[in-house]
Amino acid sequence: MKARPITVDLPDPASLLPLPAATFHILMAVADDDRHGYAIIQDVAARTNGELRLSAGTLYRSIQRMLEQGLLIETRDRPSPDQDDERRRYYRITPYGAAVARAEARRLTQLVKLARESGFASAPLKGRV
Amino acid sequence: MNFYRILLHAYPASFRAEYGEEMCAIFAQRRREASAVMVPLLWIATVLEIFGNALAVHLDVLRQDLRYAARSFRRAPGFTVTAITVAALGIGATTAAFTMVDHVLLRPFGFADPDRIVKLYEDHSFSAGQGGREWDAAPAQYRDWKNLSRSFDKMGAYRGLSMNLVDAGEPRRVDGASVTADIFPILGVKPAMGRYFTEDDDRDTASGTVVLSDSLWQDAFGGDRAILGRKLILDDGAYTVIGVMPKNFYFPTRDAQMWTAMRFSAGYYEDRTDTFIDGIARLKRGVSLDQARAEMRTIAAQLSQQYPKELAHVGATVIRLQDDIGNQPKMMLFVLLGAALCVLLVACTNLANLLLARAMTRRRELAVRAAMGAGSERLVRQMLTESLVLSIAGGTLGVFLAVAALPMLTKVSPVYLPMAEVPQVDLRVLLFAVGITVATGVGFGVLPALRVTRSRDSAGLRETSRAGGGRRERVRSTLVIAEVALSVVLLVSCGLMIRALWKIQAVDPGFRSENVLTLRTSLPMPKYEKNATREQFYQKVLAQAQRLPGVSGAGYTSFLPIVLGGGVWPVEAEGHPEPLSSRQSASARFVTPGYLAAMGTPLRAGRDVSESDTLASPRVAVVSESFVRRYWPGENPIGRHFNFGAYDLMVVGIVGDVRVRGLERIAEPQVYMPYRQPQMSAYYAPKDLVARGTDVANLAPALRRIIHEADPAQPVVSVRLLSDIVDSNTAPRRVQVDVLGAFAAIAFLLAAIGIHGVLAFAVSNRTQEIGVRMALGARGGDILSMILRDGVMLALAGIAVGVVLAYGAGRTLEALLDGVAPSDTATFASAIALCLLMTVAGSLIPAVRAVRIDPVSAIRTE
Repeated sequence: MKARPITVDLPDPASLLPLPAATFHILMAVADDDRHGYAIIQDVAARTNGELRLSAGTLYRSIQRMLEQGLLIETRDRPSPDQDDERRRYYRITPYGAAVARAEARRLTQLVKLARESGFASAPLKGRV
Repeated sequence: MNFYRILLHAYPASFRAEYGEEMCAIFAQRRREASAVMVPLLWIATVLEIFGNALAVHLDVLRQDLRYAARSFRRAPGFTVTAITVAALGIGATTAAFTMVDHVLLRPFGFADPDRIVKLYEDHSFSAGQGGREWDAAPAQYRDWKNLSRSFDKMGAYRGLSMNLVDAGEPRRVDGASVTADIFPILGVKPAMGRYFTEDDDRDTASGTVVLSDSLWQDAFGGDRAILGRKLILDDGAYTVIGVMPKNFYFPTRDAQMWTAMRFSAGYYEDRTDTFIDGIARLKRGVSLDQARAEMRTIAAQLSQQYPKELAHVGATVIRLQDDIGNQPKMMLFVLLGAALCVLLVACTNLANLLLARAMTRRRELAVRAAMGAGSERLVRQMLTESLVLSIAGGTLGVFLAVAALPMLTKVSPVYLPMAEVPQVDLRVLLFAVGITVATGVGFGVLPALRVTRSRDSAGLRETSRAGGGRRERVRSTLVIAEVALSVVLLVSCGLMIRALWKIQAVDPGFRSENVLTLRTSLPMPKYEKNATREQFYQKVLAQAQRLPGVSGAGYTSFLPIVLGGGVWPVEAEGHPEPLSSRQSASARFVTPGYLAAMGTPLRAGRDVSESDTLASPRVAVVSESFVRRYWPGENPIGRHFNFGAYDLMVVGIVGDVRVRGLERIAEPQVYMPYRQPQMSAYYAPKDLVARGTDVANLAPALRRIIHEADPAQPVVSVRLLSDIVDSNTAPRRVQVDVLGAFAAIAFLLAAIGIHGVLAFAVSNRTQEIGVRMALGARGGDILSMILRDGVMLALAGIAVGVVLAYGAGRTLEALLDGVAPSDTATFASAIALCLLMTVAGSLIPAVRAVRIDPVSAIRTE
């Protein structure tokens, strides 16, 4: 298991905001499934239609920091052996990570709302929220 | 792929170990996906990406380590404060010493292209031991050098002078120099306002011109911009102000405040033995110092042939202005720097010891971190970050200490240098401080860090508080031995310097310095050109001074001893025919009757000069005992004649010898001539008044009043006690001793802390053992002597090493010791005794704690 600080007194999620773009993307990539590093890169690329391809350095630097901050944990639950590569480590979002991601999403929504009021962004289409 | 692995080394090792394999896999995947055309682009992007991210990871690690360090320092405030103070002392001492060395020796004076500025001297090596080999030049030599030499762009001459400035309020005495027109271009400085001299100003017939220093312009004229063109009265002559020099311009000495044009009248060139001007020149580009020296030697040889009577043995020499500093100040500064480095070493050793002890108590914590996956590289890095944080905090404090200490240290640098008194602490000095701070941090941090990680295993987890086996004790003991050794070196060096100072202070100057007040009234020419006018002034002043209550004697002399060491003329004594060119010299002074008595210089035979020795009677002189020993040993010198300068003098009296050139040097023999048989030049006219009495400190106002009555326009300067003049002669040495003493005290204290630390740690580690010993019947005295023995063994080892090193240090200091042997027994004995005393003091608390151990609870703790 990865060494990380004991998470007794995690700071208020708001104190980590704004999140770096890479961090937010990684949180979204592991939101519903544990993933290994390369899978995260692929997921982010697919989600952004290939616009954002994280480099290995950026990915693992972000992961290291996110582990320290308690946003992620490394997991021992591996997929079935035939799908698994020995070298791979899998990452899972923590409840605290999810809370931080939600806080960031709220912050961005708020920002977009303000942008709309100033005429910088178009209003949402009817029927969609 | 291998290249990618190499690139990964830009990351911290721990990061690489953690993620390196996966990053390689991802990169391999990327490469497979990339088309052949894209591969080079992929590489470029990858290299850039790796360096950017690696830097960021390093910063992340640093941030984490700093947070961790801050937390652990907060938990051990005692340790933190001690460590920072120790680092501050070491770094502060070194920074202060470096600042002085840099200011005086390394940094060029503030002139343009300073390497090409040289001083020119007559080389009088033939009379070595008598006032040194480099002599001022006679104007005729200077003129010939200037005409014949090809090595220099420009050559100029100057001569220090001081004049009475009556114009601005209270009359004041202003020091400065008369300079030829070339001087300012040679130095490469321009006036801040107005112009400097031209050749026309140097002509004998030109009207007087003066350039002011910024400080004189501010002090005397309130920085009035209308000063240019104003006429000032200096020594009765009118001088037009033509310029003001920029701030921080110092030439030829620190206290020069104005410059006048140097005028050569035809008479100046007649006497080739009357040496009184300083030559200075700028080397032509591409001409080396050695080439210039060779050329000047050739020219001097030529002149020797041309004027064998005066110049047969006189050479010429060239010295870089930058190097024209006496050897003694140079030595003193290097000693200062050496001592400071010793303090720094002791401080580093002490810090290493502190950190080692701390690392020992943190073994469990570090072992836990290691067990949780922190690589040894991370632990070393963490420890180094901590020691760097300590040293940077200490360094910052140290720089403040250094700045505070600088004004005191400046006394070590001679006044005659063309530079500001207090050096500026600028970027250069700060860079030095940063350099030694980092070196200190790494120096004392790396050993403990390596020690901790080398034995990195699960032992730390299992071990109890009994941690710290024999090996680690040994390392710490070695460090303490080094500290003791270095303190012995500093103590002995300081002791030797103190002995030298005492020896010099005990030297009999040849006069009694207590209860004498001195002051200077330089009579301006041409107002006092007539002998009668001058004599009237002296007689009036002295007669009234002698009538003052409590005054037992008063007199005037050309120059006080120590204040002016030079002023020597060649001697040819009856029975000792000698060509002019190889005559030895004696110091020449014109004195009033009673001057020698007021000084307390004893009359050995014959009589003092008297009021009846006038131009109408034969010229006479009182000479010192060494003069008699040199020329007429064992004979009665009274009534014998000798040729002195241009005069034939008859000896009428013999007095004791005076240390004219200061306490540390045997001066030339002295010749005193009556003031009523004067020389033509005003230079030797009596100007220094001495008054001996009971309450001399309060005599100044009365003397000022008397002088004011004699001549209201006459400024009174340099009012000082004769004892202060003698003291000032040893002031640089006293500062040196103070500083060395302070350094030695710091080192001493640190060594004591070191010994205390090692023993205290040993006692707490051996609590159980001591408990067992006591349970088995050992008495308090046994335990006490056991602990003390450990301390004394450490001290003895340190002293043994230190004594050898100290002897070496003493040998290097020899030039400063004035004859005190570098192996001086008393000094070594006191240093050793002090060290043993310190050891006992440092061991006492741990020893007492050991004795108080309760055997029952000590054994039960485990």
